[in-house]
Amino acid sequence: MLRYALLRTLSILPTLLGVTLAVFLLIRLIPGTIVDQMIGTEGSYSEETVRALRAFFGLDVPIHIQYGRWLSSVVRGDLGTSWRTGIPVLQMIRSQFTVTAELTLGAMLVACAFGIPLGILSARRENTILDHVARVVSLFSLSIPVFWQATMLILALSLWFQWAPAVAFVSPWTDLRANLAIMALPSLALGTAVAAVFMRMTRSSLLEVMREHYIRTARAKGVSERAIVWVHAMRNSLIPLITVAGVQMGYLLGGAIVTEEVFTLPGVGRLILWAVFQRDYPLVQGTILFISVLFMLVNLIVDLAYALIDPRIRYG
Amino acid sequence: MRSLTLGFGMADRTADTTACRWSSILRAAPKNRLVLCGAAVVLLLVVLAICANILAPYDPTEMRVTDALKGPSSAHWFGTDRYGRDVLSRTIHGSRIALGVALSSMGMAFFVGSALGLVAGFVGGWTDLAIGRVMDILFSFPTLVLAVAISAMLGPGLNNAVVAIAVVYAPLFCRVARGPVMAERAREHVAAAIALGAGSCRVMFRHILPNILAPLIVQASVALAFAILTEASLSYVGLGTQPPDPSWGTMLNEGRTYLETAPWMSIFPGLAIMLAVFGFNLLGDGLRDMLDPKLRGR
Repeated sequence: MLRYALLRTLSILPTLLGVTLAVFLLIRLIPGTIVDQMIGTEGSYSEETVRALRAFFGLDVPIHIQYGRWLSSVVRGDLGTSWRTGIPVLQMIRSQFTVTAELTLGAMLVACAFGIPLGILSARRENTILDHVARVVSLFSLSIPVFWQATMLILALSLWFQWAPAVAFVSPWTDLRANLAIMALPSLALGTAVAAVFMRMTRSSLLEVMREHYIRTARAKGVSERAIVWVHAMRNSLIPLITVAGVQMGYLLGGAIVTEEVFTLPGVGRLILWAVFQRDYPLVQGTILFISVLFMLVNLIVDLAYALIDPRIRYG
Repeated sequence: MRSLTLGFGMADRTADTTACRWSSILRAAPKNRLVLCGAAVVLLLVVLAICANILAPYDPTEMRVTDALKGPSSAHWFGTDRYGRDVLSRTIHGSRIALGVALSSMGMAFFVGSALGLVAGFVGGWTDLAIGRVMDILFSFPTLVLAVAISAMLGPGLNNAVVAIAVVYAPLFCRVARGPVMAERAREHVAAAIALGAGSCRVMFRHILPNILAPLIVQASVALAFAILTEASLSYVGLGTQPPDPSWGTMLNEGRTYLETAPWMSIFPGLAIMLAVFGFNLLGDGLRDMLDPKLRGR
């Protein structure tokens, strides 16, 4: 297992390097340079200012040296400094990451709580009305844009219960109860589509396992249907869900952008949008890199967990 | 001489088998309820998009300030927005943008991604490794985050949103194409075509591509749903279609401020997105069931 973990961890290094290169080059997609963009919106300027700004952003050296310098800073944990606030990018991300982490974990919890039981129920009642309804509902859930669902939830609650989304976010360390009250609805809105994916995956996987020979053998031995499902089939059928959960983290991290925007939550997603509209390119670069590396690490952990649970992966 | 005849026979049979497979799929399609329902919704969307000028009761950008924020009525079925523009007309015209963006971005993603997958699977070696690595890098970004990043860098706007969505989804087609290409590459009819002197391009496009189109088309129908959602998300955050063009995402964004006083501004464009995405999802699910009987009903 240790050897597999080591090899798998090393295997992400080239991709990680590629991601840093892609993020670095992304900022070069801007028409002109970042200095042109900056001074173009901020009034008159002298040649000296332009030179100083180019030097400040390291644009006065060849591009490969720029990348080398930037990568070296990133490796040391320096993602640059925000143009608009003058605060280090990593510090800004750190202060807002709690919200995004809480939102994505909450959404994952919602997805597991609704998706897995519904998938099991649907598989056990295959081709019944309940199964058909569950499948149609899951397909509908996959089709609802997260921001619209969030808007409709706010609308319904404000109409029926005179509820309004909280204006200020409360940290869980300050007041856990108030924090959970604020985060419940965004987590529900974001987690619904993932719940639908989990439902479909659990159903499909359980149906496949239930057709295996060892399940037939268990039935022949007289094991009760309940024991067959919960003891023999469930463990194997839930294994693929771990991989799906890893992939869905990407959806959740992306969906956090719009969910945080709708509920005015001060998370990293909203920070990205703020940076985009403020043309704060170092902050855009830093936040995108942070989210991508986080996504890669989650998938690495998922792969390692998968190998731990299913030894066939390690020796395959 | 015999082997040459055998080779020609094999190459001909490939074309026959492919044609036969497609005709059986087309025959089976009307019997599949998912495909039928999905196709009906998609057809409705296409009709709305094509006939938007005829079907929409008002000009979608025409402002009638005296009618601002009027609720649904016989004059304005879906109500009006803050400028007095008819929400129904804007929703109908929104289908044109949604479908246009989805088709153009997925068209680009389909051609570029499939071509890269075809080359990677057929050529193999370093080419395969290089293409695979680039795709791995693109897969390392959460979809919407990458789309936001590209749109932000290129600048807000419809065309840039199309490019962003295409870049985000091209790796998906590349990965879906690569596996089947490798399987086809090892088959006898491809070996026969190569032995007969067919060039790489001819082998790839004449003998391999027709046999790997089925999974790509299924992927395309599902990806169209994602493209509509991504365009709506980009427009919602202000990076896609720009006002006054009636994109569903932009309309939802405009409706946010008036959620309590004019909820119809948010309800109907959202329903339109949901219906369109649902249609493509149904179609994709149905096609997947038809093309892979093992997955039927899963």
